[in-house]
Amino acid sequence: MNIFKDTGHLFRFAACFVIGFLVYLGLRSFVVPKTFGEYGHYRGAALQELAAKPVKYAGHQVCEDCHTDQATAKAAGVHAHVNCEACHGALAAHANDPTSVIPVKPDPLVLCARCHTATAAKPKDFPQVKIDEHSGGLPCTTCHTNPHSPAMGAAPAAGGAK
Amino acid sequence: MNISRRHMLVLLPAAAVAWESVLAGTPENSPNYNMSEHWWGMLISIPKCIGCGNCVRACATENDVPDGFFRTWVERYHVSDYNLTEPEVISPDGGKEGFPIVEEDAGKYFYVPKMCNACADSPCTQVCPVGATFVSPDGAVLVDQTYCLGCAYCVQACPYGCRYIHPTKHVADKCTLCYHRITKGLTTACVENCPTGARQLANLKDPKDPIHEFLKTHDVQVLKPQMATGSKAFYYGLDGSVR
Repeated sequence: MNIFKDTGHLFRFAACFVIGFLVYLGLRSFVVPKTFGEYGHYRGAALQELAAKPVKYAGHQVCEDCHTDQATAKAAGVHAHVNCEACHGALAAHANDPTSVIPVKPDPLVLCARCHTATAAKPKDFPQVKIDEHSGGLPCTTCHTNPHSPAMGAAPAAGGAK
Repeated sequence: MNISRRHMLVLLPAAAVAWESVLAGTPENSPNYNMSEHWWGMLISIPKCIGCGNCVRACATENDVPDGFFRTWVERYHVSDYNLTEPEVISPDGGKEGFPIVEEDAGKYFYVPKMCNACADSPCTQVCPVGATFVSPDGAVLVDQTYCLGCAYCVQACPYGCRYIHPTKHVADKCTLCYHRITKGLTTACVENCPTGARQLANLKDPKDPIHEFLKTHDVQVLKPQMATGSKAFYYGLDGSVR
């Protein structure tokens, strides 16, 4: 007795499933990115793409490689923990090409005031002054001659003001 | 090796899953940065913040954040002497240009820098329908903007309000913990530019990182601990009125 007698329709039915599954696999390999699932339920290559973005703030280590005198002055004064670009702005472009990208010198009356303007809302131990009364409109650097180590010009901090 | 039919049925799908990872390539592509050695977090000291807005400006510059949107911002709290639970909170333009001067010293004032809390169990990544946002193996919550649909489900899922839909790209955007900087050995733009050291980037997997000593010896909180987000933005000196 032939057990495969009258079973053609079952094989055709199974073939439909197999073809459907192969089409699904084919489509899936086409639409799902290669690195999807590398680390989890996301595209693994996205990590490298995000990490590849160029930086705009070079970081103080890079500045200090060339500007050693300022770095030394700063390290000895009260601004030791203030990084270069916190005042001078994003300068990775200058670090990459020091000759053609020249940074603009910050205006002391704007720059110093940003942190040191007196307000009752600031922590009490932070040095702050009423700018108008304190300087009478003169730039801060008239007396605090070296902003990298802003002790008074007459009595420079050790290794600080010029 | 004897493999039973039942065993084989279990092994086949497992092998299929593994094969996909094998085909995908090596996990550690970056030569100088080993993802498995990092688990990033942030330490924020409230008593050190002076509300200068340097972090907000630096973040906007570094990451091309459009005007009116913020990956990080600073809030100023004013808790009056008579109402300790309902503080007055302001954040003009995210604190980008600083804060209005206060003459009268009444109640208490403090600044709270806000940013992505780099949650280990982040609610925002769990709701993404397409797998476009995720917690990276080194602990940053990131968005794959080429894969994001812009449905904004994650924007409403973040309990800290740290996400937005980019006005021109129309996809979710957020703090990446300066992923392009921290993978190059630099610190984040906000940390680099904080003049008082109120923010510190922390690698929780590095036993030499000062964060461990700090967490051991100081009272540190996270925002909305009741949400069980596994937040890695640790706040030192946080007032109870902060929401």
